[in-house]
Amino acid sequence: MPGKVKEIERKPLSLAEKTFLPQIVSGLKVTCANMLRKKVTREYPDVLPPIPPGYRGMPTLVKDPDGREKCVSCQLCEFVCPPKAIRITPGAIPEGSPDAHVEKAPQEFEIDMLRCIYCGMCQEVCPEEAIFLQNKFTLNGLSRQELVFNKERLYEAGGTLQDQHFKWKKKKESEEHGNAQH
Amino acid sequence: MDWIQLAIEAGFGLAFIIVVMSMAGLTVVAERKFCGFIQGRLGPNRTTIPILGSIPFFGRLITRMGLFQLVADGSKFLFKEEIVPGHVNKFYYNLAPIVALIPPLVPLVVLPFGQMTLADGTIRQLIIANVDIGMLVILAFSSLGVYGTVLAGWAANSKYPFMGGIRASAQMISYELTMGLSILPVFLWANVPGSTEGLSIANIVVFQQTHWFVYLQPLTALLFLVALFAETNRAPFDMAESETDLVGGFHTEYGAFKFGIFFVSEYAHVIVGSGLFVLLFLGGSNFLPMLPNPWPVGIPGAILSTLWFIAKTSALVFFFIWIRWTLPRFRYDQVMNLGWKMLLPVAIANLVFVMVLLATITPVAAQ
Amino acid sequence: MHEIFFYFLVALTALSSLSVVLGRNPVNGAMSMILALVGTAGLFAMLGSYMLAALQILVYAGAVMVLFVFIIMLIDIPATAAYRHHWGTLVAAILSTLTLGGGLTFLFLAPEFRQSMPDIAGAASNGSGLVFSSQAVAYGAGLMGKYMLLVQVIGILLLVAMVGVIVVSKDLRATNSGKSLPTPPSN
Repeated sequence: MPGKVKEIERKPLSLAEKTFLPQIVSGLKVTCANMLRKKVTREYPDVLPPIPPGYRGMPTLVKDPDGREKCVSCQLCEFVCPPKAIRITPGAIPEGSPDAHVEKAPQEFEIDMLRCIYCGMCQEVCPEEAIFLQNKFTLNGLSRQELVFNKERLYEAGGTLQDQHFKWKKKKESEEHGNAQH
Repeated sequence: MDWIQLAIEAGFGLAFIIVVMSMAGLTVVAERKFCGFIQGRLGPNRTTIPILGSIPFFGRLITRMGLFQLVADGSKFLFKEEIVPGHVNKFYYNLAPIVALIPPLVPLVVLPFGQMTLADGTIRQLIIANVDIGMLVILAFSSLGVYGTVLAGWAANSKYPFMGGIRASAQMISYELTMGLSILPVFLWANVPGSTEGLSIANIVVFQQTHWFVYLQPLTALLFLVALFAETNRAPFDMAESETDLVGGFHTEYGAFKFGIFFVSEYAHVIVGSGLFVLLFLGGSNFLPMLPNPWPVGIPGAILSTLWFIAKTSALVFFFIWIRWTLPRFRYDQVMNLGWKMLLPVAIANLVFVMVLLATITPVAAQ
Repeated sequence: MHEIFFYFLVALTALSSLSVVLGRNPVNGAMSMILALVGTAGLFAMLGSYMLAALQILVYAGAVMVLFVFIIMLIDIPATAAYRHHWGTLVAAILSTLTLGGGLTFLFLAPEFRQSMPDIAGAASNGSGLVFSSQAVAYGAGLMGKYMLLVQVIGILLLVAMVGVIVVSKDLRATNSGKSLPTPPSN
């Protein structure tokens, strides 16, 4: 496009510009203004950063408000996990338990935090909304073994989350009222 | 020989070295702190010493100011392993840091750091050696300062330090001329005909009781300042260690305390250079231009004026830091062009101008 | 006290001068020469001529030797550069050394010379002033008064030398071929 090229002639520097002094003074002004401005440093361990919604931190297991563990050990997360960080040993819920109608719960649930890539696929795939990537983003330990989290630690980290569906509770109630859907 | 006099002077010299070395340490912290401020950061503010740091108010204040960082940095240099690379020239490799540290410290003896008003109203400049060639002593020793850099660069036997050493020596040669020529007009102005003060710095300070040279001779001051930046190897003239193209320049192969000595000597150089600029152009220990000195009689006045001198010097050291984090480094050919094609002709023209001016004004003023 | 300093400085100067002449490594030689110059400056200072001492360090140790070191490093002479014996050089060296040494010895031993030496101690004590003063103003008065003509002549000599260097270093015929080199951007 030779027609569209606009050639701008470079002007020779004026005497003041040749001494560099006005430029240096304006540069000093800029840095001085910067010096007086509010600092952007966040003093990290004392002041934690705001965690945006949808943040994918450490994967945790959660309980519903009734204190029931939501995982039913369907192992979908174990299959979907790209780095194969999750290992589930399925187990049955004993007969006498109030949650016996759920039938299954993990006997052991391990996430290797050193393998986890925080992709959030386990959370996405979970039909029971039992695994969540929560806000915790600092993990450290003195050995590799220490960073393989077992079920207790995962529940401890996850805590209880609000449940919107109460799927199993409703199912049990409807069964008791005789209009079983399933 | 008067041994007591000698002991007092030696004591003063030692005190001077202690003051300058601790100021050098503080300047390192100040550099890191102001660098942080300019870049929107806070700078070092976490390092603390267990018991001192937990003193209610001051411990926290000092921690936040980063002053404990000074101790941390220093002891880090001390406790690191002294590695001597296998390919260096051992003798010169070990000699270089020593050669680098001594030249900035020797000129201290001829710097008048304060003034004392005696009971009968006479004013004495406080100076260790009030010789009439004070300025020459400073120039002589500051010109020896480059050998530390050059030796370090050569002894390291490695290409980047070598380049740093070559650059340092070339830059030194180029800017020493400008520096010398920008000092002359000041002495021409201060020495009335018939004066026997010669090149004494104390005389310059006495002369500046009413008017400072920074506004009597702004161009001279500017030339001297630029040459001072170049001589102290500070940004934007830090060609010898320009870390972007020469890794670390002349001290690439140095580590631990030897590097620490280079580091401290650079800051000592900056402090002595700032002090010299204050003495020559900013009135030394005099209070403010066109105001009488408010220093009381005797020791308190001496201490106050010394503190005032240190305050002025610190302000100029701050200016050094401010410039460093503002300007990008010059390219090497730009440094040479600036030195030989701009500063040197301007310095000569300035000298001639001042000479003509004095030759025409002095007879008028003398009447 | 003075004697200790004096002998120390003399030994320093002599040994480092020997090292300049005998050493093979050019950088060692340059460093020894700086040491010799500093030693000489110390001797000047002991004689009470502080100005000369400062100038010695400033000009020779500080500026001239920086140039030497710069050049040595720039052209990078190998440390073991072969030294070729040359009979003519050897004879000339021996002859000139003998002449100089003999002449100096003769002068120091001759009684006329001792009498012609200026009375340094006397000048310092009876304050007969400016002639033997170590003050800067004495040098200035000398240079701008008695030796004015010499200063001017030396100035012109240096100017001529400088013009000569420029003419020699600039190959005037090669102005056209010089265009093939890219010129650095001027500022």
